[in-house]
Amino acid sequence: MNKKTIFFIQLFFTLLVCSFLVIPVFLSVLAGVTQNFFVGIKSGFTIRWIVEVLNLYTDTIYLSLLIAITCLLLTLIIGIPAAYVLARVGGRISRIIEETIVLPIAVPGLAIALALIIIYGGFRDFRTSWYFILVGHVLYTLPFMVRSVLAVLSSFNFKEMEEGAASLGASFWTRFITIVLPNAKSGILAGSLMVFTLSIGEFNLTWMLHTPMTKTLPVGLADSYASMRLEVASAYTLIFFIMIIPLLLGMQLLSKDKI
Amino acid sequence: MKYYDYPKLFVLALPVAIFFVTFFIVPMIQLVIIGGSGEIGESSYLSIINKPRHFESLLATLILSIAVTITALIISTATGLFLVRNIFPGREILLSILTFPLAFPGVVIGFLIIMLAGRQGLIGWITKALYGDKIVFAYSMLGLFFGYLYFSIPRVILTIMAAAEKLDKSLEEAAKSLGASPYRIIMDIIIPALKPGLIASGAICFATSMGAFGTAFTLATNIDVLPMTIYTEFTLNANIAGAASLSIVLGLVTWVALFIARSLSGQTVAVSG
Repeated sequence: MNKKTIFFIQLFFTLLVCSFLVIPVFLSVLAGVTQNFFVGIKSGFTIRWIVEVLNLYTDTIYLSLLIAITCLLLTLIIGIPAAYVLARVGGRISRIIEETIVLPIAVPGLAIALALIIIYGGFRDFRTSWYFILVGHVLYTLPFMVRSVLAVLSSFNFKEMEEGAASLGASFWTRFITIVLPNAKSGILAGSLMVFTLSIGEFNLTWMLHTPMTKTLPVGLADSYASMRLEVASAYTLIFFIMIIPLLLGMQLLSKDKI
Repeated sequence: MKYYDYPKLFVLALPVAIFFVTFFIVPMIQLVIIGGSGEIGESSYLSIINKPRHFESLLATLILSIAVTITALIISTATGLFLVRNIFPGREILLSILTFPLAFPGVVIGFLIIMLAGRQGLIGWITKALYGDKIVFAYSMLGLFFGYLYFSIPRVILTIMAAAEKLDKSLEEAAKSLGASPYRIIMDIIIPALKPGLIASGAICFATSMGAFGTAFTLATNIDVLPMTIYTEFTLNANIAGAASLSIVLGLVTWVALFIARSLSGQTVAVSG
């Protein structure tokens, strides 16, 4: 076989894999705007399913946004300092702590949710509020923020810069705000996008932690997959895609130089 | 600067420590205790082997996860190597397509498999047009397999591509000039060089498949994979101790797999299928 044939065989295979990933997305978008998917697109296009979803499930969209924003703020507030401390202290202790903080992504969400329910499920007001879901989301997304910031901090010698600033009389907090934060900006940005995207789409924990009054977007999606007609489920998925795809594109842009 | 900064570093670390201990360490310890507190005590941790229903579910999940891992590794190595070694117009688009499902939640992936192989799915529609017979497999083990494959491919491709970038081209050229066949080059040079990446991404893929709940929740209404078994034990049978012990065992398995992956590649990808 000559080089060209091999190239085209490989290209064909890659295109096949791509279509496996893309075709179902395309179908679900199509079904979301089709009058009757069973009949096909000849039944005509419509936005009535999208309108129906917005009527039925708008609260889930708002709740997901509310949780994602709050979750992002919390991971910023507690995650950035944590990453900084880990980078400053270094050594084995820091490695062990990092390993512990990363545990919530290594353990299935189901187990964490069970643990939270067993211990805090009795506190009714907490259990039935959206804060209960928020706790799960912060646990699950925090490792991404910490690791992302930590990766940037480990990539340059911020300690030397800090020492320089300290010798000129800059206090601890001045150094933290004027040296560490600006230099960790790229990590903070990447971590934020990741946290927000993951929180919007989180299901494994959320399904266990939610109550009928606190349904997030993915919980609503699961609901519609089980009980609504295909067109409504598709329209709902379409809305989800519209929310999440810009975030994913942003993430890809940020990580471009890594690929 | 080092020493008198420690109190301030402690202050910075305090919020995360309090949050983590309250909402993770303490609950997880409690989960371990509850797991051993059922009618059969600590031996409930062995129920995953002793109880036929649990053991079957463990076995099914293991077989499924291993099958998905192997398939994903093969597919992703082929496409990953191709994309690293060939620069052509449209390559960037293919790359984005292959990695964008990374953050899709498991439930949505389950639904995408329904679009593909469900009652109104594409495959059913095509097979009906061709043979007059509708093939529907979204809700079977095969459907789960494709669902898991869907979320595995992007994860594996990223790691493989990172490893493939570091391949030493000169080794291959040397082998070629000495007359090695393409097959020998792949087996003796490319695969050994990619090995750490393959093991790491394989471990990630295995762990994700073992713990996948969302995809199973949408598709596996009649199949007992481990996360579904835990869910049923907890919600339908109200067997909290059983659910706790099973999820501890599952958590240990996925944690070990991801630990291997991390020590080999320094990468962590969420268990979120």
